Amino acid sequence: MSYRPVTTESAPVRLFLIACAVLVLALFLLLPLAAVFAEAFRKGWEVFLASLHEEAALSAIKLTLIAAGVSVPLNTLFGVSAAWLVTKFRFKGRSLLVSLIDLPFAVSPVIAGLVWVMLFGAKGWFPQSAMADAFAPAAHLAASLAEYQGFGWLFSDLAVWLADPKIIFALPGIVIATTFVTFPFVARELIPLMETQGSDQEEAAVTLGARGWHVFFRVTLPNIKWGLLYGVLLCNARAMGEFGAVSVVSGHIRGETNTLPLHVEVLYNEYQFSAAFACATLLAFLALVTLSLKTAVEYFSGHDASGKH
Amino acid sequence: MSISIQSITKTFGAYTALENVSLEVPDGSLTALLGPSGSGKTTLLRIVAGLEFADPGPGKIAFHGEDVGDIPAGRRGVGFVFQHYALFRHMTVAQNIAFGLSVLPRAARPQKSEIRDRVMELLKLVKLEGLDQRRPHELSGGQRQRVALARALAIRPKVLLLDEPFGALDAQVRKDLRRWLRQFHDEIGLTTLFVTHDQEEALELSDQVVVMRNARIEQVGEPQTVYDNPRSPFVYEFLGNVNKLHAGQDVRYVRPHEIDVLFAAEFDPATDSLARVQHLFSAGPIATLTVKLGDGQFLDVELSRKQLDELGLSVGDEVAVRPAVMA
Repeated sequence: MSYRPVTTESAPVRLFLIACAVLVLALFLLLPLAAVFAEAFRKGWEVFLASLHEEAALSAIKLTLIAAGVSVPLNTLFGVSAAWLVTKFRFKGRSLLVSLIDLPFAVSPVIAGLVWVMLFGAKGWFPQSAMADAFAPAAHLAASLAEYQGFGWLFSDLAVWLADPKIIFALPGIVIATTFVTFPFVARELIPLMETQGSDQEEAAVTLGARGWHVFFRVTLPNIKWGLLYGVLLCNARAMGEFGAVSVVSGHIRGETNTLPLHVEVLYNEYQFSAAFACATLLAFLALVTLSLKTAVEYFSGHDASGKH
Repeated sequence: MSISIQSITKTFGAYTALENVSLEVPDGSLTALLGPSGSGKTTLLRIVAGLEFADPGPGKIAFHGEDVGDIPAGRRGVGFVFQHYALFRHMTVAQNIAFGLSVLPRAARPQKSEIRDRVMELLKLVKLEGLDQRRPHELSGGQRQRVALARALAIRPKVLLLDEPFGALDAQVRKDLRRWLRQFHDEIGLTTLFVTHDQEEALELSDQVVVMRNARIEQVGEPQTVYDNPRSPFVYEFLGNVNKLHAGQDVRYVRPHEIDVLFAAEFDPATDSLARVQHLFSAGPIATLTVKLGDGQFLDVELSRKQLDELGLSVGDEVAVRPAVMA
């Protein structure tokens, strides 16, 4: 007679449970991924490459990169500051602040987009015309600065924008919406981590004579680097993949205000399935890269953490 | 450098951590802040370090007569060893020890080679030569504690502050390190203030014991004095085992080793009481005896093994107990 550990089930039960898990995995995770790639290549390599080379596609890729390129660094900065503030200091309203950080996760992305339309849209609180008036002196200054040789080019685009400050249905709106929606990622990742680490090491650094920035760069940052990287990675994935909020503020102007996810939708609605899926492979690829980087971060941070105590 | 603490009060919201506390720590002494948790001892240490600030008021903290109340922790010249050491875990032992020197303003910062020499010198001082390239997680608890000590000493502090220095160590290492720290203190002669809740540790290690309770100081003095002449029942009970005997309204305190045990035949009604042996524990050089007095109260008595053997007692025997005559 053979014995098995008390927490182990009999062979048929085990097989059944494993089969269920594999089935769910295949059906919900692997099949859609495979479908994306299969559809993308259905009409062959040429169509696939042509769909990515098309002008509207390139513009969508560029816009997505810009939106992520602005919002991810901003949110890294916000996230680190917020986490530092709420974990290393005790003050009134602290728990309210912690909840507020989660607000963008709590509201639907569509609402998150609509908020900005209501603020900056034609019938909003700060419509374009009103802002043009308000920015007029700044626009004038930028325009005169743009006249200068050498550095003038730095201001030419700004002058044009200030003269006609478009936020909704334009790049600024897309960047704002993306930043808003992805705001909590870095802070969420860091707050529990910094909470468990406590302030002992920072206090030790202070008694040893370190000033604020030394404490942060030489003690706090090295201790949170893997958590930070992880948060930035997730933030980036969401920034590039965000659909709802961006969809509301973008206006879907082809070749101008379509990000990659919006471009996929437009193509799909126009029955250009292969092109739509070709662009979708880029997003799927981004997801795979994010996943493998995430695994790598976990591996290295686990390695680091093994020597925690 | 002496530390002078005058009328310090510290509150956290509605909670009073320290209430009008004054204390003098003589230059070069090793002083223990002893008390149960919540007595305010760690808060006091942190205020001396500049990690907390006392409530505004007449309170004053001075090092060698110089008021340091407004000087931030980093420029106060204190070496602080944290209970869990707070070593920088991403740095090597050498980098940990060098930290205080490497964050000095450029003008005051020593050369790299000087810092390295100082680190090596400190490693030698705390008997950790050859471990400079290790990371904190590769060290034992006792080694980590000595790294923390070396790191605190690197900035040549005026006073050394230790928060529960042995709290996180197991019993054997604790004993060894205690002895080592006493010796170490005698060698470097730095004014040292440490926090502990372990009365044995405080009595064995320090020149001066400060017993704290409920945000106040109960008694200050040399270990022997405080032990022999406790000023309050709290101090009596807190410093070592004690029997509390009720006689009507009065309470008498008798330490277990201050009682003689005799054969019942030697009973002298003038001084002794008759009692029955309830429990015997004799693993170790000191035997502990629990006896039940005629009025039902229990009494713990400590005897040497030799005395116990001579008496040849066993549970249930009747004996006479007599308060030992104290010199």
